[in-house]
Amino acid sequence: MTDTTHNTHSDVLAGSGLTLAKALPWLIASAFLLVMPFVFTSNSAITIMNQMAITIIFALSYNMLLGQGGMLSFGHAVYMGVGGFLCVHIMNWDQFFGTLPLPVLPIFGGLFGMGLALIVGSFSTRRAGTVFAMISLGVGELIAACSVIIVVFFGGEEGISGDRTYGLPFFGIEFLQQIEVYYLTAFWLVLSALGMFLFSRTPVGRMANAVRDNPERAEFLGYSARWVRFYSFVASGFFAGIAGGLFAINYEILTEENLNLATSGSILLVTFLGGVGFFFGPVIGAIVFTLLQTVLSLQTELWALYVGALFVATVMFFPGGLAGVLMMHTPPLVLGKLHLLVKPYIKTLLPAAICILATAGFIEILFHARHAAIGDDQMTLFWMTFSHANPVPWIAFGAVALGGFWLARRNAPELVETWHEANTDTGARP
Amino acid sequence: MTAALEITNLRKSFGQTEIIRGVDLQIMPGERHAVIGPNGAGKSTLFNLITGRFPQTAGVVALHGHDLKGKAPYEINRMGLSRSFQITNIFPKMTVFENVRCSLLWSMGYRYSFWNMVARSRALNEGAEAILEQINLQRRRDIPAGMLSYAEQRALEIGITIAGGADVIMLDEPTAGMSHSETDYIMDLIRDVTEGKTLVMVEHDMGVVFGLADRISVLVYGEIIATGTPTDVRANPRVQEAYLGAALEAEH
Ligand SMILES: Nc1ncnc2c1ncn2[C@@H]1O[C@H](COP(=O)(O)OP(=O)(O)O)[C@@H](O)[C@H]1O
Ligand SMILES: [Mg+2]
Repeated sequence: MTDTTHNTHSDVLAGSGLTLAKALPWLIASAFLLVMPFVFTSNSAITIMNQMAITIIFALSYNMLLGQGGMLSFGHAVYMGVGGFLCVHIMNWDQFFGTLPLPVLPIFGGLFGMGLALIVGSFSTRRAGTVFAMISLGVGELIAACSVIIVVFFGGEEGISGDRTYGLPFFGIEFLQQIEVYYLTAFWLVLSALGMFLFSRTPVGRMANAVRDNPERAEFLGYSARWVRFYSFVASGFFAGIAGGLFAINYEILTEENLNLATSGSILLVTFLGGVGFFFGPVIGAIVFTLLQTVLSLQTELWALYVGALFVATVMFFPGGLAGVLMMHTPPLVLGKLHLLVKPYIKTLLPAAICILATAGFIEILFHARHAAIGDDQMTLFWMTFSHANPVPWIAFGAVALGGFWLARRNAPELVETWHEANTDTGARP
Repeated sequence: MTAALEITNLRKSFGQTEIIRGVDLQIMPGERHAVIGPNGAGKSTLFNLITGRFPQTAGVVALHGHDLKGKAPYEINRMGLSRSFQITNIFPKMTVFENVRCSLLWSMGYRYSFWNMVARSRALNEGAEAILEQINLQRRRDIPAGMLSYAEQRALEIGITIAGGADVIMLDEPTAGMSHSETDYIMDLIRDVTEGKTLVMVEHDMGVVFGLADRISVLVYGEIIATGTPTDVRANPRVQEAYLGAALEAEH
């Protein structure tokens, strides 16, 4: 017992400095970002990675509200959007943009997003819960509506576009190439993620958690719940604006779509899918979602249906999101029992995956049969080409789906049992 | 010397019913004051009025001579008053250590700082460790507070209350639902940490009250029917009649 006390105490003292263990995830992530373009060299892959980086920043900024501060926002796209619009305007302001190196531009997006958050937050953070959610929805709708009214700023229905290459060359780089934009975006990704992580470790960041858990008690500890929320909200607006600036640099165009409610809704989805309870949750969510959105959407028109199903399944079965699922494995890992899970996982999850793929296949055939042009009955699915008029594929996909389901169901109890065993400390540590 | 807490003709109605019906009370700095009374007498309501949780209907509450009217709980806390709750009121998803550390932040002057790292402040972390040691929860420091046992949560509740070093401490039934040995432990703790401070405490256990309090007030139906030293109160015939006789009998 005394041992534990000593350990924890030295942990705290170690916590007062920058240790390698704490810097390591950041170093690995940065190294990863550096080498990615050498692995995926195509322009489209780099575009996807840029998109991913922007979504990660946006989702992390969203989680400052939802996961850290307990504020459910339905209008977060607004802060990213206005930051992006401002950056495009700066790109079009020749005298100024000509003196500004492009890598600095996102700061202006951040400051503008922060400015708007300052105004909106001054009244929306008085309460959390439904009141906050409704105000965020109202403000989101309001500003999205403004985009067709204030045409000078939002450019009406076409939006506004600019050219990033007019900026002051940055050490000779003019950002004509996608790869140059990639490194700019990756740099801002690391900087923003680190900024948001460190924010969560400051007094006001810690109190954001306290206010999320129990606003009343926080007030009896000397903190106004409202001001704690306000500071988180403003910081979140800043980082959302940075994401907007990066969007402007990447796509050189912003439209109403960047600030409407659909975009606000999808960032909620991304963040929840990744997991709101852990700092890195939204990172996973953004990566998975962007992959689904870009790669899956090339494969099937029904991609949004599958993403929706994934979201519903996450909410229902894994409220901790993908990060929660990952972190569930920490206790077995600590107990040295992770290997026990491998076999039951294969026996249950493999049939389950097959069942899901076969069900998707069945849905695809159904969709093709209902919506393909008349006479066009040929379709390709999982590298097989067949006619949807032929009953065999229907039966085959249906049978595989049912078989996979049956197998997964049969093996699930074993998985559950092993799971319990892997989480029980039997003292047999390696 | 100004009173630490001075309450004058305090009243509170919920709708038609008046729950606190003109309370006058003066508690001097350094005094340990117990409020006793039957269930539903309005003891918790009195606490809620003093700490700004509810607005009063009429009357004045003054902390060190400053009127608290219209002040929010966080403002009152910053003036040096801290309280615990009858129904445990902690941060369930945060670790035990985080709970305690958060309760130290304001008093250590961090305010809404977003430029200090909490992990880097030695004073903050050692202060939190010291509180954990006092409430005997070091071994539980890294688990979510919501997973503590009931008695442990009560101890944490007290830890959070005393952490900030407020000079007026108000505890609402700190030992409610505890076993005898736990009660003894908590009372020793309370005696320890409130050394030199003003303590106002609601307590049902008469043994505890008479052992700890310098003065006692008896609240019945929203009125204080007697205030005085334990011996005075015990001897007061009105108290005997209204409350204490029955309670003392119930003890045996
Ligand atoms: N927020 C409230 N709204 C309405 N009635 C309340 C409220 N809080 C307390 N009461 C009533 O006030 C009375 C005193 O309650 P309380 O102060 O909790 O008593 P005690 O702590 O002495 O047991 C009870 O009858 C209770 O129902
Ligand atoms: Mg009570």
